[in-house]
Parts: sequence; structure tokens; C-alpha cells
Amino acid sequence: MKESHEQRRAKDGLPALLHEALGTPDDGGAKSGSGERLTHGEATSRPLQPPPPERQPRGAKVHHRRPVDHNEAAQRFIDAPRHEKMHDERLWDLRQKRDRQMHGIPEWETLRELASSIKQHTLAHLGDHLERFEAQASANGIHVHWAQDGAEHNRIVHGILSDHGARRLIKSKSMLTEETGFRHYMQGVGIEVIETDLGERIQQLDDEAPSHIVVPAVHKLRSDVAEVFARTLGTDPNNDDVHYLAEQQREKTRPLILGADAGMTGANFAVAETGTFVVCTNEGNADLSANVPPLHIASIGIEKLIPRIADLGVFIRLLSRSALGSPITQYTSHFRGPRHGGEMHVVLVDNGRSARLGEVDFWESLKCIRCGACMNTCPVYRRSGGLSYGATYSGPIGLILDPTFDRRRYSSLPFASTLNGSCTNVCPVKIDIHKQIFAWRKALAETHDIGLGKQALMKAAGAVLSHPKLYRAAIATADGALKVLPDFAVTNRLNTWTQGRDMPEPPRETFHQWYERTHGGEEGAQ
Amino acid sequence: MNARDTILQRIRENQPAGAYPLPDLPSFPFDDGGDLVACFLRNLVAMGGHYYDGTINAAMAELFPDAAVIASTVPDFSGNRAITSGTEAGQLADVDVGITRASVGVAETGSVLLVDENLISNAVAYLAQHLIVLLDRASIVTTLQDAYRRPEFHQYRYASFHTGPSATADIEGVLIHGAQGVRSLTVLLT
Ligand code: SF4
Repeated sequence: MKESHEQRRAKDGLPALLHEALGTPDDGGAKSGSGERLTHGEATSRPLQPPPPERQPRGAKVHHRRPVDHNEAAQRFIDAPRHEKMHDERLWDLRQKRDRQMHGIPEWETLRELASSIKQHTLAHLGDHLERFEAQASANGIHVHWAQDGAEHNRIVHGILSDHGARRLIKSKSMLTEETGFRHYMQGVGIEVIETDLGERIQQLDDEAPSHIVVPAVHKLRSDVAEVFARTLGTDPNNDDVHYLAEQQREKTRPLILGADAGMTGANFAVAETGTFVVCTNEGNADLSANVPPLHIASIGIEKLIPRIADLGVFIRLLSRSALGSPITQYTSHFRGPRHGGEMHVVLVDNGRSARLGEVDFWESLKCIRCGACMNTCPVYRRSGGLSYGATYSGPIGLILDPTFDRRRYSSLPFASTLNGSCTNVCPVKIDIHKQIFAWRKALAETHDIGLGKQALMKAAGAVLSHPKLYRAAIATADGALKVLPDFAVTNRLNTWTQGRDMPEPPRETFHQWYERTHGGEEGAQ
Repeated sequence: MNARDTILQRIRENQPAGAYPLPDLPSFPFDDGGDLVACFLRNLVAMGGHYYDGTINAAMAELFPDAAVIASTVPDFSGNRAITSGTEAGQLADVDVGITRASVGVAETGSVLLVDENLISNAVAYLAQHLIVLLDRASIVTTLQDAYRRPEFHQYRYASFHTGPSATADIEGVLIHGAQGVRSLTVLLT
């Protein structure tokens, strides 16, 4: 007989699944020496049933200069229920894992305050910190370059590669290189680029953008991956065993790594004090990219700076716990200079960041450490998939970053939100995300940058919100935090927009009030 | 003006006004359950790592009796694949087991810190199929914040926290060890 939620919960102490049908006794995932199922990294808390194959819904249709229609793509994602449920479940589970980590650290709120203050300080003195980083890195033998925009970044990297006659570049995941259209550029100049992160490699082989900044292929089922690998790597199309697929990718990527002329990484942090940059991964692929070829290039957004090595203690404690609910990534690597006989370059990239620094309402978005917690908790993101945003960044953080790159194209995105404030509650650097989303709505309205027609705009996030029963059920059973304003979100929809300046108020309950009232989510916690 | 000066100028024009002082970093109490070493090992295991209670010779005989290519960077065990600072990464591609020593352990996370001087060739820690890490139990600190007060981050050109083996759950959240790097990581306390 099937166990009820409560029976299962009583045994393992974990919250019930959002979609009970996805439960299964074993998923074949890695176990400890004593046979315990492990849940570190982005692994799920409970084993999940592989859904039967279903055609993968593709992302937003991109038309040149036409605003992205998130709602249309979201509807197609919802219409693929196997994908949608798996996506919803996995991201919600990451959120739950994050909460458990948070509860294990009494100083969690103090760490968030510290992280926010350190980032505010750094951004308010960014010029000085960048100059210090440059001086230290140069003194350590790193070549430092500066790029004003994505195109300049791509040209600089191309120049470095050409100087070395490099034909093949292996790289680890970097959202910055997604911003700059790096792979596309390199294809044009005949340099082969190999992504080495499993999720990112899947997306590269399928010619899709990453749908999530931390788990790039989270919107795909194993059957989708089997199809992509069969088509591109020649694997057995009838074998969608996850171990088989991962092992095939390892075996097929290894020779490419060994034969690469150069390696590229991003960076999670750059430390002014020592000229060090820090890269966090679970697979160790960034360390292979950096340590196997003789040439290492790191692309770093100028907002990644932090002043001191000791500050890493705060950020590394928060990053993976917020992102995956795992205490740390498997690898946290600190690069302070080239290795013996090697060469190291850093490209510091602006690409709109210095302009954003001057925007009173939005500069704090530069505190973002790209953990993805706001995406994992967002009911709209979880149910619409990252590709439905048709932009480099998706989810709540995407809503506030994307319009800075192209106001018109991404003008509808700030409407793909319920303004429930859950994103703000989980953000490790305390960005008031939902307030910025609201401020964007106002800013776009004032400059008449809203490109979609009135009807289309009223539907923004409509596909997700028009299933109020599901939406309510999800938040009521699973999330104390989301009780902030669900009625507002569902009953007001977005049509108050049509009343001109008469915008809905942002949520009245701040995180602090909520935290005080609920002791950090005990209320209604499962 | 070149890109550097343009960017820096724009930043200085746009930097938010206000002091925004850099906060001091407090130390927080850490509950190791009364046994720092046990706490370290517990967290190591939760992150997919193993530990071996015994000598390196016993560990090699018991865990990897069939290992053909062994690269050791420690005097405690001599492997059969020479490793020097001049070793090309490609020469380490067929290593079955790499053996090295960590300079720090972190109880909070079960992490070990590997630095370039001990690794001799950084790539060995990623290209080997399995990694054995020796750790002096006196080098275990409580939290990551404590670890970052250590001198290693100012001394070495490369320092990396390894916490368990290479792992991925990018497909449907199913956890797999040995995504790209080592398939297992075993810590041996000395
Ligand atoms: S906005 Fe906050 S929660 Fe979202 S990715 Fe950035 S740091 Fe994480």
C-alpha cells in the first residue's frame, strides 16, 4: 500500500514531495561507504521517479527587437506536465535543502547582513578595489585586461588565443560568457569551445542556453539528455540510464580536455587584497580547465570583487548552502598566480555594470553572487522553466538584470512575478529583489518602454497564475514564507497595471517582520 | 582613453555616495559535538568522502590492490609515476591513484585544503581516478571562517578546498561521483 505523506515524513523527517507521484524508493544515486543515500551537491533529498519520455518544451521564441513573450513559452512548459512537475519538484527541493542548512547555522542572519554590507562597501568603493586587485594580480604574474562590453571581451580572448595559436578551448560554466555570446563568437572565428560542466555540455550540444544559473539543464528529463547525446555523441539512443549518460560524457570529454590548447573559467569572487580569484564547482571541471592546458583565461565581471581573503569565510559559507542546500561545493579553488610554466590572464568585464552602479533603485542588484536561490523559490520560475524568459538570466534575478541589457526586449519580464517576496527572503546578500522588480515596472511604464500590447501584458505570468488552485496548494502546503501575500498575488493578478500610476503596493511584511513572527519559517513549515 | 580608464572613470562617477563601512568579521561559536575530528569525518562522509583508519600502505593494499599507476607527492608512499613541477598534465592522464597531503581540514564542511606546493602538479588531483589525502589531525580547524585566517591563501598561487570527490546531479538530481574529476576521495588522518 502506498504510504501517505505523513507516514513518509515521520520516517525521514523531510517535507513531503510537492508531486507525490514522483516518489520512488531508490534512484540509484551515490551512497556512502555504509550504504546511506547521499544528498550533497544538487542531488535531491528524496529519490525521484524518472518520468516517461515527453517532448521537451522549448524556450521563448526570440524575434529581433520584439519583446519576449514569457507567458506564451510558460504556457508551453506547463503543457508538458512531466517536465513541469520534475522541474517544480527539484527546484523546490533545493529550496528546502537550503532551509535545512540555514537552520543548522545560528548566525545565518548575521552572515547575510555581513555579506550584504561587504558587497555594499565594495561597490561604493569599486574603483579602488579594482585597482588594488589589478595591482596585486599583476604583481603575482597574472595578465590583467579590461573590457567595456561583451564584444570587447570576446575580441580580447580571441587575441590571447591567437597569440598562442590556440585552436581548442575547454571551459567551465560562466554566466558572463553567456552575456557576451562567447561561444557564438568563437565559432565564427574557427576556435572550438568545449563546455566541461555536464549540465552546460548538455545545453551546448543541444544548442540551448542554460535554463538556470547553477543547474543549467534542470528543465530536461533524462530521456531528453539521452536523445541529445545519441544525436551528438553517438551514445545508445535507447539507454537513458543516468550513470551511463554521465559516464559517456566523462569518457568523451576527457580526450578533448587533454588535447586542449587553453582553458577558461569564470570566477565567483575576486579578492582585492591578494589578487586572487575563486571558482566554485562540484565536478572539478573548472580545475581541469585551469590546470591541464598551459594557458588559463578567467573572465570576471567587475562586480565580483570583495576586499579581503577573510571575507570569503562569509561568502563561501553562504553560497552553496543557498544555491543547493549543500554546505560547500565539492571544489572551491583559489587562483593567485600562474602555475610553473603556465600563463594566466584575467579579463575584467563591465558590460553595463558601471552604468547600473549609478541607478539608485537598481545598483544593489550588483551584490548578486549568482546562487540561484531566488529562482528555486519562485513559483513563476519553477512552473515556467528558465528558457521561457528568453534571456541570459531568468527567474527573479533575471527580471531585474535583463532589462538593463535591453529595456525593450525584456520589457515584459518584470511582470512575470507575483511580488510575493520569497526571493528577497532567501537572497544571501539581501537584495530587495521584489522591490526592484516593482521599481522596474514603474520605470518601464514611465519611459513607455513596455513593448507588448495591453492584452499581452495583462497575461504576463498569467499562464502560471491562472492555475490558482495548484499555485495555492503548492505554497500553502510547502512554504511558510510564501504565505506573504498569496491573495494579493492571485486576486490582483497584474491588471492594476492598466490604471496607470496606480500600482499595487509592494508587500508590506518585510523579511524581518516575517522572521520575527515565524522564527525563520517555523510557522507552517512542513 | 583606454577601456580600463573609461571603466574606472564611469565607476567613480556612478559609485553610490555614502560611507558603507567595511564590517569587522566576528568569530561565531562552533558546535563540534565535543569532538572536532569526529565532526570533520562526519561532514566528510556526508559530502561523499571516505576516510581510512590505518597506514597508507594498508590503505593502498586494501582499497586499491589493482592500481597500476600511482602518483604520490608524499614521502610516506612511493608511487610508480614520477611527478615533478615540470610534469605535463597529459603525463598524468592514466593515473589510477593520486596521493597527496592537505595543509588544512575544515570540520564544518569536511573539506581538505590542497596547495600547489604539495600537489607538485595541480592536475594530478583532478586527472587521477582516485585520490588519497593525508591530513594531520592537528591541522583541522572549526569553520571556513577560521580556515580563511590561515596563511596558505597568501602564500600559494593555487589552493583548493576539496570536499569529497567530483560530483554531479545535473540529470534529474541523481547523484553521481566522478563527474569529471576523481571518482573517490579518501582521507587518512596522521
Ligand atoms: S539575487 Fe540573491 S538569491 Fe538571486 S541569485 Fe543573486 S544572490 Fe542568489
